[in-house]
Amino acid sequence: MEFKVFDLGLVNFAKVWLWQKEIFEEVKTGLLPAALILCQHYPVITLGRSAAKENLKVPEAELRNKGIQIYAIERGGDITYHGPGQIIAYPIFNLGHLKKDIHLFLRQLEEVAIDFLSDFGIHGKRYSGLTGVWIDKQKIASIGIAIRHWITFHGLSINIKNDDLDNFDLIRPCGMDIEMTSLETVLGKNMAIDNLKENLIRKFKEIFLIQEVCDGQSSLTRIR
Amino acid sequence: MAKVVLPELGEGIDKATVSYWYFKEGEKVNEKDDLVELATDKATFNLPSPAAGTLSEIFFHEGDTVNVGELLATIEE
Repeated sequence: MEFKVFDLGLVNFAKVWLWQKEIFEEVKTGLLPAALILCQHYPVITLGRSAAKENLKVPEAELRNKGIQIYAIERGGDITYHGPGQIIAYPIFNLGHLKKDIHLFLRQLEEVAIDFLSDFGIHGKRYSGLTGVWIDKQKIASIGIAIRHWITFHGLSINIKNDDLDNFDLIRPCGMDIEMTSLETVLGKNMAIDNLKENLIRKFKEIFLIQEVCDGQSSLTRIR
Repeated sequence: MAKVVLPELGEGIDKATVSYWYFKEGEKVNEKDDLVELATDKATFNLPSPAAGTLSEIFFHEGDTVNVGELLATIEE
């Protein structure tokens, strides 16, 4: 299977939410074989289908004052936060062309994050029943997906920078009292997200055994 | 009458939770319309309607857990 990479840079969640659905339609109709969207989000809190309102620890007005948007969306899972310090990957894959196994796909997304971290000498762990990737008791990567007609959207976020980790204090991530960590925290040095994108793309290729579409030019298309 | 049954969703997945019905009992549906959304682990997925007709009976409602192979609803063709 081939896939096309879209690097959107730092964008509003709502814009990419719509963009995902457009790409989803292209994959559904076969116009695109598969796609991987990479981006970072301006501060946003999203509520998955199993989110309980009490897991937002502050009034919505306070979020507005802080310039944090909030959306209830169709992905699985509870509440989470996204900000510019995370690298986000939205794979729009047709599982009909891979394997029609929802949990296998979740485990493969965890594997992408674990292998990505392992290149930095970091041992990312899974805990049974707690989808995501952890460094000891702290969470570094979060996963929440939606599948329609066996085509996936939403996806994986990995905490890279320290800057906005504090915003996780506004919520009970995944409905639990979880402490979050980041690649910068674990390594104790600054990391530039732009330098990590190719690493992440490579992990998707290795785990899902897929090839990047080559247009004759770079297939890393930047769309604003 | 067409049956809406929870299909195989992958190895080791024996149940899912109904998260959203797109139609109410008595409403007309087309074949392949998204009928119901379910959740398992950190994923949601949709079941399409197997036939065109009227959604005659819903057996599992939002928040209910359904086992693979169980009857979720019936469509009167």
